[in-house]
Amino acid sequence: MNPAWSVIFLTTLIGAGQGLFMALFGVDIAVRLGALAVVPAQYFVTGSAVSFALLIGGLAASFLHLGHPERAWRAMAMWRTSWLSREVIVLPAFMAAVAAYGYAQATNLSCAVWIGAAGVLLCLALFLCTAMIYICLKFLQEWHTPLTFVNFLLLGTASGVLLAAVLATAVSSALAVALAVIAGFATALAALTRGLSLLRNAQLRPKSTLQSAVGIAHPKIAQKAQGAMGGSFNTREFFHGRTVAVVCAVKWIFLLGVFAVPLVLIGVTLASGALQWLAIAFGVQYAGLLAERWFFFAQARHPQNLYYQAIS
Amino acid sequence: MTQLALVIDLNVCVGCHACATSCKEWNSGGGAGPLTDQNPYGKDPSGTFFNRVQTYEVGEFPATETVHFPKSCLHCEDPPCVPVCPTGASYKRAEDGIVLVDYDKCIGCKYCAWACPYGAREIDEQQQVMKKCTLCVDRIYDTQLPESERKPACVMACPTNARLFGDVHDPESNVSLAIRERGGYALMPEWETKPANQYLPRKPNPAVAAGSNPAPVDPRSIDGAYTPAPSSAAKS
Repeated sequence: MNPAWSVIFLTTLIGAGQGLFMALFGVDIAVRLGALAVVPAQYFVTGSAVSFALLIGGLAASFLHLGHPERAWRAMAMWRTSWLSREVIVLPAFMAAVAAYGYAQATNLSCAVWIGAAGVLLCLALFLCTAMIYICLKFLQEWHTPLTFVNFLLLGTASGVLLAAVLATAVSSALAVALAVIAGFATALAALTRGLSLLRNAQLRPKSTLQSAVGIAHPKIAQKAQGAMGGSFNTREFFHGRTVAVVCAVKWIFLLGVFAVPLVLIGVTLASGALQWLAIAFGVQYAGLLAERWFFFAQARHPQNLYYQAIS
Repeated sequence: MTQLALVIDLNVCVGCHACATSCKEWNSGGGAGPLTDQNPYGKDPSGTFFNRVQTYEVGEFPATETVHFPKSCLHCEDPPCVPVCPTGASYKRAEDGIVLVDYDKCIGCKYCAWACPYGAREIDEQQQVMKKCTLCVDRIYDTQLPESERKPACVMACPTNARLFGDVHDPESNVSLAIRERGGYALMPEWETKPANQYLPRKPNPAVAAGSNPAPVDPRSIDGAYTPAPSSAAKS
């Protein structure tokens, strides 16, 4: 597939926003249970605002993907069959929950914890909807695995919790350190599951072949014409046009940027107590996630490409 | 229940592209039009097409055959492009099984194109809505036309009768008969989309079989069917 920047920004921005919100709610619960010292309400208000801003950014990016953004409201119609439609419903609902949670924290409403709980449920539903958009396309074999959901969930959580740690440096260094440790564990776990999906995809054998695509059983078939010489939607949408070396380089960039460098920086933070490293760790990890998502799209081999192997 | 479809005879398609050009001509106006082009007379012409003719060379020189392969929406009986559409712009008509796009509802998200393993859908770069073969739905029911012309434009244009049009659910229709007798097959059966359009395989070339051409291609490997019907081989 040809990676679309709109979808890369959508999925990475809302992932970080979702992870941040889950981290805020986790801190809230831990404080209520007495496991953490009291955190000023300002932290939750700021955190909710940042989460909301990330979600708005993702939503804006998604509009850039559409040919007719003014009709986007129609996308809520087919929730019975379409995971994309479900995502279009759940994303604004989750944004409303984030905004309500921030408001409840700002005004010290007693129902904040219930709003937060509903928000976390919507957050998990949003992870599921986003991942299922890709998982449900069974002939895109690289995506058609539960690992797609696990990776979206863990990568979003890791980046969001790390951002929560960055925000916590302003209120409590103990909280920042605790969140940084959790972000480190989430990052390590995500490294494991993303590694698993890389291993899985490296062993995939495409079910479709040129033989099944044109229905001729002969082992030697060569395309001589594809019906157009100046390219077409089929050649623009489904081919990234980069060399194997570039795709491989992007893979190593994201393995370093999403996992290795942030883990080292978190370790440096914990060892030295210099919390300013956390912001750099988050920046590096988010940039790495952009590369990770680019690779996620580029790696998927669409069976329609079998029909577009030669121009003439 | 009716399922209208095309059956394409690879045995007689000569790759003249008349189906592609007549499709473009008919659908540039009417219910589906316009089909916009970008840079049509420039260096890198591009445009929206419902139907393209591709060409493949099968076998190893000198024992090769050239197969012309017209490719359009297959109007799957279980179309993966329809349930993924978030707006309901993509739909399959209950009355005749044609898969259509409502251009007024399409938001141009391209998800249906991702969900079609055949690459049968194209976004119209100017109108920014998804387009695909309509089986000339604005033609086949037009009572203003003589009955013999109530067929898709590509079928009307084909000089070798390589394109048959009819109801594949009617066992006595011309298309059902052709599929049955000639071993019609579906593309990429592995995804269980149940394409309504089917292709008729090549018959073994009698000239090759008689030895007038060098090194004949094994007919079992050129006839296209995964499980060749013995009758189709015997008839030729």
